[in-house]
Amino acid sequence: MIRRIERDRSRFRDIVRGRIKSDLRKFVSQGEMFGRKGKDLISIPLPGIELPHFRFGDNKKQGVGQGEGEPGDGAEGKAGDQPGEHMLEVEVPLAELAEILGEELQLPRIQPKGRSELVAPVGRYIGIRRTGPESLRHAKRTLKAALRRQIIAGAFDPEDPCLIPIRGDRHYRSWKVKNAPENSAVVVYMMDVSGSMGKEQKEVVRVEAFWINTWLRSQYKSLQIRYIVHDAAAREVDENTFFHLRESGGTKISSAYELCARLMQEQFPSSIWNVYPFHFSDGDNWSGRDTERCVELLEQSILPHCNVFCYGQVRSAYGSGQFKKDLDAKFPKDERVITSEIPDRDGILKSIQDFLGKGK
Amino acid sequence: MNLTPDLERARQEIEKHARAYGLDFFPTIFELVDHDELNEVASFGGFPTRYPHWRFGMEFDRLQKGYRYGLSKIYELVINNDPCYAYLMKSNSLVDQKLVISHVYGHCDFFKNNVYFAHTDRRMVDRMANHGTIIRKLMERHGVPEVETFLDRCLALDNLIDPHASALRRRTDAKPDEDAADEGPGRMRAKGYMDRHVNPARFLADQKKKQVEQKKKTERLPHQPTRDVLRFLLEHAPLKRWQAEVLSLVREEAYYFAPQAQTKIMNEGWASYWHSMMMTRRVLKDSEVIDFADHHSGTLATSPGRLNPYKLGIELFRDIEERWNKGRFGKEWEECDHLDTRRRFDKKLGLGRDRIFEVRRLYCDVTFIDTFLNQDFCDAQKLYVYKTNPRTGRPEVASRDHRLVKEQLLFGLSNSGQPRIHVVDGNFGNRGELCLAHQFEGLEIDMRLATETMKHLEVLWGRPVHIETKLDGKGVLVSCAKGEVSTKELSPSGETDRKEESTTH
Repeated sequence: MIRRIERDRSRFRDIVRGRIKSDLRKFVSQGEMFGRKGKDLISIPLPGIELPHFRFGDNKKQGVGQGEGEPGDGAEGKAGDQPGEHMLEVEVPLAELAEILGEELQLPRIQPKGRSELVAPVGRYIGIRRTGPESLRHAKRTLKAALRRQIIAGAFDPEDPCLIPIRGDRHYRSWKVKNAPENSAVVVYMMDVSGSMGKEQKEVVRVEAFWINTWLRSQYKSLQIRYIVHDAAAREVDENTFFHLRESGGTKISSAYELCARLMQEQFPSSIWNVYPFHFSDGDNWSGRDTERCVELLEQSILPHCNVFCYGQVRSAYGSGQFKKDLDAKFPKDERVITSEIPDRDGILKSIQDFLGKGK
Repeated sequence: MNLTPDLERARQEIEKHARAYGLDFFPTIFELVDHDELNEVASFGGFPTRYPHWRFGMEFDRLQKGYRYGLSKIYELVINNDPCYAYLMKSNSLVDQKLVISHVYGHCDFFKNNVYFAHTDRRMVDRMANHGTIIRKLMERHGVPEVETFLDRCLALDNLIDPHASALRRRTDAKPDEDAADEGPGRMRAKGYMDRHVNPARFLADQKKKQVEQKKKTERLPHQPTRDVLRFLLEHAPLKRWQAEVLSLVREEAYYFAPQAQTKIMNEGWASYWHSMMMTRRVLKDSEVIDFADHHSGTLATSPGRLNPYKLGIELFRDIEERWNKGRFGKEWEECDHLDTRRRFDKKLGLGRDRIFEVRRLYCDVTFIDTFLNQDFCDAQKLYVYKTNPRTGRPEVASRDHRLVKEQLLFGLSNSGQPRIHVVDGNFGNRGELCLAHQFEGLEIDMRLATETMKHLEVLWGRPVHIETKLDGKGVLVSCAKGEVSTKELSPSGETDRKEESTTH
């Protein structure tokens, strides 16, 4: 039976969804970050979804309490006789957030490259064993076994039914490994951390990366993310370092591409992985020669092995923006290369659309 | 689901005890439900069906989350209806169920006998179902979004009612005497024989018409400030028929729920008093005592700085019973200031039980606390008033004087902790605008929420709306016109004018 409440509940969810959708631009451009709840949930503060009323504000400075203490002593806790103000936070599955993003930007679903031969082991609890942890005990089977044993032993009295399982009666759930076809993807983020990339530019990249990850996660069963930073030299780092590291010095983009190509070759062969290299910089490069080297690397080692190569150029006060022009000139018709200019936070959504709008 | 044979036996036994103690209740139907069903019913405010509205879904989500994370769990749910419906959670142990059943009979008795519930509709379950049908029909006819939006607007105002309206005949529907005006200035002075020439019939008729029109213009609407804002809107706002139907339905439900907010401490105290009485004296088996004590004390637990309405209620009822049993009331008791005599004061009157039954019939939280909370009780219960120390920003115990405690408690309880708001003018500035006034009693209203509420009110009224209140110690007039909210400081003179006006009514 469908519960009566379900109708109201789904209506409530629709309203929440509508609100998130209409506020999406605000969320994205203000870089509002949501609280993560576990792996698949995020919580979003949504003020003003509850019905307003005329009521007292939170300017109450006194109340009645109960307990020990002389006048002048600190009273623990807060007001007990009235509820405080709270902001409604709604929990939304990441998948749903991705769906909203997709609808809003009209992103096509990604067709994973035809590699369904890729299989991965999947564990599922479908078996039964005689041993196992108590938390996995199968109560019904255990009691059945106890019943059977007691009947056989003549120790069961239907008038006074009482089942006492012993060690040998216990059954436990167990898992069996099955191989299931799987689509895996890896995103390689590369970022220029040279002196010209400021805090604001990095924030833009961070917000953009969050939304790109959200979308790609909804498209692939498992998504791995790798981070590479570079100035004159490149190295692989963890997420935190990636977004907060600030180096000075020159910029040699080819160093990052080299590292990326090596990573792809060694760990993420394209026969198994859908590979998404993303590169963000302010468009400055050391020299024209290095740019030529980059193009060479792209043509030979990266493009043949990735789904699409994305280059996002974040506008900064110092960057020349030359690199995007060079790339556009070298790959004018190549669908595997997408470049996008991100002038500021408001441009984030547009550039996500550029990158993911091709459905690759 | 019906009760299991075990539970049914327990229920019959408890019902027998309850009747023997003199509790008087409607037939009570218990249903056994799992937590999903319980949360569903709870989010509908205790009813099996309500009109479709998303806020029930929101409440359900909240309850489910609380339950899932083990933060909260609803023990009992009972609704004021004839017959009473009560819900028991399947997964509770038998002791818990017995406790809940006895508790529920206490509530049922309270619903039936407390005077504040006298006006409530005892067929509310049916009525709620009817409301559901009405709203669904309207949604079919006028579209879901339209009806839902309108419902949202009405619900934003559903605390603007007069909880005492049912007991008072405050409105005088009789129009002021019009005959008296006949002899008034409309007629020219003339000697008897000249009268029909000086004041010909047509002239008189014209004059009268003019006068009536004039009066209509200057007559205040409402005659006196009224707290039943919803009723005022029903009578005077330009609503379509279906809109009036929705608004009156929301108002009806608000009045049904109002007494529950007025008697929370008493109602819970009374039910706790009886579950404890029945369980410990009649129902419990030896093996169940510990579990009962555990759960009972859990319900009545107080933590420092908090006030538990169950605890306050039950202790006050017990205190009253003891005082009236021992005759600790009246002149002789009040004037006795000999400590030892006071301690041994016992006239063996045995009036306690009768007195608490009387109290449960006639009082609400405000009068209950006002009448019976005294210094002895405050000391025994360790009640105190706390204030935030402006220097440290931390709350501190300010006083244990029962007068201050009482004052503070009553302050929070009066009007169920809601701001008191009147309609003062339905033709504000002679522009057909609506003016409300918040009777300022020391607490400011939340402006963010008030702004949103005003926008809803403006749509209902169809013209700009205003509310007089105080912010930062200054009288202000908050206005909402075309969805824009603005605040204007009231000149002090204007404010005192208003005060005088409202006191003369």
